[in-house]
Amino acid sequence: MDELLKILQTNALEPRETIARMLGLPLEEVAQRVADYEKRGVIRGYQAILNEDQLGLDKVTAVIEVKVTPQRQGGFDTIADRISRFSEVRSAYLMSGAYDLLLFVEGKNLREVAAFVSDRLASLEGVVSTSTHFMLKTYKRFGVLMHQGHSDERLTITP
Amino acid sequence: MNGSPSLRNRLSRAVRDIPRSGIRDFFDIVSTMKEVISLGIGEPDFDTPWHVRESTVFALERGATHYTSNLGYLELRQALAAYVQRTFGASYDPQTEVLVTVGVSEALDLAVRALLNPGDEVLYHEPCYVSYRAAILFAHGVPVVVETRPENGFRLTREMLEAKVTPRTKLLLLNFPNNPTGAIMNRADLLDIAAFACERDLLVITDDIYGELSYDTPHTSLVSLPGLRERTIFLHGFSKAWAMTGFRLGYACAHPDLIEAMMKIHQYTMLCASSLSQKAALEALARPAFDIGEMVQEYRRRRNFIAAAFAEMGLDCHRPLGAFYAFPSIARYGLSSRDFALQLLEEEKVAVVPGSAFGACGEGFLRCAYATSMANLQEAMTRLKRFIAKR
Repeated sequence: MDELLKILQTNALEPRETIARMLGLPLEEVAQRVADYEKRGVIRGYQAILNEDQLGLDKVTAVIEVKVTPQRQGGFDTIADRISRFSEVRSAYLMSGAYDLLLFVEGKNLREVAAFVSDRLASLEGVVSTSTHFMLKTYKRFGVLMHQGHSDERLTITP
Repeated sequence: MNGSPSLRNRLSRAVRDIPRSGIRDFFDIVSTMKEVISLGIGEPDFDTPWHVRESTVFALERGATHYTSNLGYLELRQALAAYVQRTFGASYDPQTEVLVTVGVSEALDLAVRALLNPGDEVLYHEPCYVSYRAAILFAHGVPVVVETRPENGFRLTREMLEAKVTPRTKLLLLNFPNNPTGAIMNRADLLDIAAFACERDLLVITDDIYGELSYDTPHTSLVSLPGLRERTIFLHGFSKAWAMTGFRLGYACAHPDLIEAMMKIHQYTMLCASSLSQKAALEALARPAFDIGEMVQEYRRRRNFIAAAFAEMGLDCHRPLGAFYAFPSIARYGLSSRDFALQLLEEEKVAVVPGSAFGACGEGFLRCAYATSMANLQEAMTRLKRFIAKR
């Protein structure tokens, strides 16, 4: 992967000047390449990685396994697209194995998610079955540990 | 026996006459201050790879808590021999030519003690790691310094060695990529030095602890060159490339006669390296490319950043090519490197190590380690720029 993307994936807020120095490139080139990635849709957005457990939000997240019937034209994509467009669905993946789609669905509470599953999701044409699991605690998201502060145990001066 | 002066007089002269490391001295000052950004740390800021830590815990649970063979676990020596062959281009017999030690520091100490008789001269280059001179003196050898210079990228040349060699010279000690200068050697220079060592029939120690950390060109080890394997003790360890400093695990590879001699000292003084650290090292060797690749890339980015930042603020610095140190010159500010470092610490709370800690010719330079986060590096560069703008 392009080193520029690696840097942005680690810290999207890294100043462009710093990135230019790190890669030994002119600032304009870095800005241009980021703009190109955005335009081509390789970079689809920038988000903060939150430790939501710490915020005490009125929110639950469910992981839902969905079995679907692929359609004659469009295969899994048509049904997956229809499901993905619900704003409650935060992530959606096509999977190999015992089920077809894996969804991460958010709602205010258990009842709201249950209502989404029964009213919207399970009733869609092509959805064969669903299996819903509620998330209890987040330990790691996007490669970041959620419950550990960073501490540098090193001495301040070493040979 | 009352009062310490008389006790001091009764100390071994070889020990009494050697000053404490200038690093230790500076550490005592820095450690009294709070919220310092330190570019003074000669060890990776990365954590030891998790699979290594996890398997060390497993080894502890499984009871790997006993003495090992003096040479180290055979399984580890086999893995080391394979790694050295792959990475540094020299092949060794794990049965007789590999010795696992408590860090490269122990390996160096064993090597000089195994080789030197009182009065034997050792050619080594400064600025260099703080231990070399002391290790030679402890072994009753005579340290003969060759001073490297920024004009040629702190590289060592045959001419510099020719100027200092005498009939009493027995040993040549090299460390590239270099702490504290970040210098590396190119292959042509190394070939000259290899020829010099062969013609003068010198023994050689090459400390390749930073061998994996070369950013623009692949590292060439002296030991891979013609005629060198038989006369060279190759030193390497896990502290830098795997971020395992606290594990204290190093190793030496050499001709069986040399390893046997080193092993004798090791056997009577250390017995063996920590069993757990040896297990950790074995796991580390399972997928070195995976562990080291990302770190090297990150160091390269930081190297680029710090070199660009120095250039922009007008600080002279030869381009650092390896290890994780930059060694800028502060000669034009009319301060000793120690005073510069102290004032920088006091005014801007940035810790660097005065170049003089690495030998007399390090005076006029600072060692800035970029083994710290980009956020720290950015802030440190902002402060350093403000500091020198006032001078």
